Amino acid sequence: MSIPDSHGAPEAERAARARHWRRTVRLTAALLLAWFVVGFVVTWFARDLDFPFFGWPFSFWVAAQGGIVVFVVLIAIYARRMARNDRRLADESRPRPEASH
Amino acid sequence: MAIRTRTFAPARSRFLHGPAFTRRLHWIYVAFGLAFLVFVGAMALLEQLGLPRRWIGFLFLVGPIVFYAGIGILSRTTDPTEYYVAGRRVPALYNGMATGADWMSAASFIGMAGTLYLSGYGGLAYILGWTGGFCLVALLIAPYLRKFGQYTIPDFLAARYDGNLVRVIAVVAAIACSFLYVVAQIYGVGLITSRITGVAFEVGVFLGLGGILVCSFLGGMRAVTWTQVAQYIVLLVAYLVPVAWLSIKQHATPVPQATYGYQLQKVIASEKRLQADPAERRVIAVFQARADALDARLADIPAALAAERNVALRRIAELKAANAPQGDIQAAERELARVPRDADAARDEWTRERDANLERARPLAGMPAHAQQFAGDPHGDPAARRAFDDSRHNFIALVFCLMVGTASLPHVLTRFYTTPSVAEARASVAWSLLFIVLLYLTAPALAVLVKVEVFDALVGTRFDQLPAWINNWAHVDPSLLQVDDVNGDGILQLGEMKINGDIVVLATPEIASLPYVISGLVAAGGLAAALSTADGLLLTIANALSHDLWFRIVDPKAPATKRVTVSKVLLLMVALGAAYVTAQKPGDILLLVSWAFSIAASAFFPALVLGVFWKRANRWGAAAAMVGGLGLTLYYALVNQPGVREAFGVTSPIQLWWGIQPIAAGLFGVPFGFALLVAVSLVTPPPSRAAREMVDEVRLP
Repeated sequence: MSIPDSHGAPEAERAARARHWRRTVRLTAALLLAWFVVGFVVTWFARDLDFPFFGWPFSFWVAAQGGIVVFVVLIAIYARRMARNDRRLADESRPRPEASH
Repeated sequence: MAIRTRTFAPARSRFLHGPAFTRRLHWIYVAFGLAFLVFVGAMALLEQLGLPRRWIGFLFLVGPIVFYAGIGILSRTTDPTEYYVAGRRVPALYNGMATGADWMSAASFIGMAGTLYLSGYGGLAYILGWTGGFCLVALLIAPYLRKFGQYTIPDFLAARYDGNLVRVIAVVAAIACSFLYVVAQIYGVGLITSRITGVAFEVGVFLGLGGILVCSFLGGMRAVTWTQVAQYIVLLVAYLVPVAWLSIKQHATPVPQATYGYQLQKVIASEKRLQADPAERRVIAVFQARADALDARLADIPAALAAERNVALRRIAELKAANAPQGDIQAAERELARVPRDADAARDEWTRERDANLERARPLAGMPAHAQQFAGDPHGDPAARRAFDDSRHNFIALVFCLMVGTASLPHVLTRFYTTPSVAEARASVAWSLLFIVLLYLTAPALAVLVKVEVFDALVGTRFDQLPAWINNWAHVDPSLLQVDDVNGDGILQLGEMKINGDIVVLATPEIASLPYVISGLVAAGGLAAALSTADGLLLTIANALSHDLWFRIVDPKAPATKRVTVSKVLLLMVALGAAYVTAQKPGDILLLVSWAFSIAASAFFPALVLGVFWKRANRWGAAAAMVGGLGLTLYYALVNQPGVREAFGVTSPIQLWWGIQPIAAGLFGVPFGFALLVAVSLVTPPPSRAAREMVDEVRLP
């Protein structure tokens, strides 16, 4: 992806980059929240979340299987959503006919 | 980023890349996988034809190493981009496999299932921590490192934080944590080599070193990457095959990962039965009585010591008077020589013995109930409540340190420099974790399957009818497995087995009654895990010295080929140094590995993350955070870690903060680093324009 240097970039493009970064930060924060809930909140209440789940006590299952599968899924979501975010940036920073001088 | 474009362009034209390259890789590794299966099949055939076990074990060590060496020789290079970052053309899928092998060490392959066997839910902290860390790698670090696109972690920090102050601190921290870690890997290599081939441990260490160097010396990251992919395939096959087989033997499904919940129910039922078993209680009473006897002796050491010496002397006198055979007299004299020489030695020895006996005078041989989350009881008496809180806090703290440490270990992060683009770097973290999880989902299942086998089939067997593998392993190494009839009833009780966690993986093929060829396969897998991690670590240390210290600071005008040559010489020196340290068998190896996580976390994590997400972070803040965070972590270790305390002559009483064990010292070091970075940055001038532009640059895809 070729994006010109950020200095002397047209206003529209700089705005597009700022939006790209805002979307990145929002996505990162949302996924980190999910990571925190699975990794720490569920673990904190492990003794209380003891109900049977296909043979495992639920919190044992989360720590041994469920949680780590969720981690893989979170990273996969991040990779896909960020690829989309990158495409949006490329679209938005291409000069539109009415905006071109 | 002039340097990148200059070195990147020739690499692109000279070497294959893109979809054609990926297709060729698919063919090569499918062929490798098939060749490996043929190799295993040939070994099985040779075993049937009567080839001795020693030879099969030997071939399983040498065969794969010859293959890795072949990859190393084919990948030799003097081009810096090839040597340091494999030409930046490793597709996401293959970088995932290489990262998996880089990441999974001897501790993951051999140690983890054993830890889970011994500590049940408590061991899951490692599973959660070592996988959850990759979320931090993906979300906060890998894409930005790739966009920056240089060679090492100190490179990134130096560019972001204006210069060599931060670079030097980063080099020191990177070498410290990688060196601790690599010593443990070489130790693992030596252990496996010596156990399978019967050579001395020190010889095994240097044989293994040969295996490590053939991969990394000629081709640097390029060779290490392509051998790591092959090593991943070997270690995955070697881990999954015996477990699937054991599972079929137990409950007729080859995927225990999906169904071992029901086996866990069996374990829970057996735990109840064993806790109530009178024979188990008698074993516990014997150990308790031994501990009490030692306590009595410890109460008056001089008297007990004199009495013990007298008994031995009288025995010798009696034997001599009775004209007993010379052998008996010598045995009695040896007995006398074993009496501690003075009161201090006696106190040490008897305290140790008493603690060992107390350790075994507990229900379920000292193991907690497998599925029970945390020790103690939140609704019990104050002591039980405190035990519960302590256990819960330490579990969470360990998970935190392992996660943040994972996202800070330089040898793992460097791997994400090697992908062709930022998007592929993101995807490759997902592949990495997927490949790691295949093994990490299996380890807890294996622990439960082996527990079912031990609780339901083994315990209660007569001593003269024990399965052959028990005697084999007790014979090979008594520190791995020991059984003796403590209560004298001729039947094995759980309390009469003393086992080391490592045996769980090593003995699985025999527990599942598989032919010896599968034991050889497991050894090859363990070796692949240790070699691949050691390769990545050695490369990281050597590159920190050659690239960051020598090239960036001492001689920035050095031509490209000279840089690579210097790297290779340093790699050789570091490898020999690490092997030398390993051959001295330094203290508690596993402890060193866990320390590497806390050290890496507190040194790197705040500076790496705020470097991207907070533009105002400057060099003074980063330097303070790295030195301060690391300092606090090391201080907590020095004051509280038994072993480290003695080494540095610390005599002050152990003072734990909120009951947190020193192994999780990063819990204090990391937040302290963040706080320092913010505070010091705000009271010092903002970072340079170049640094702020770099932040803008790495934030773009």
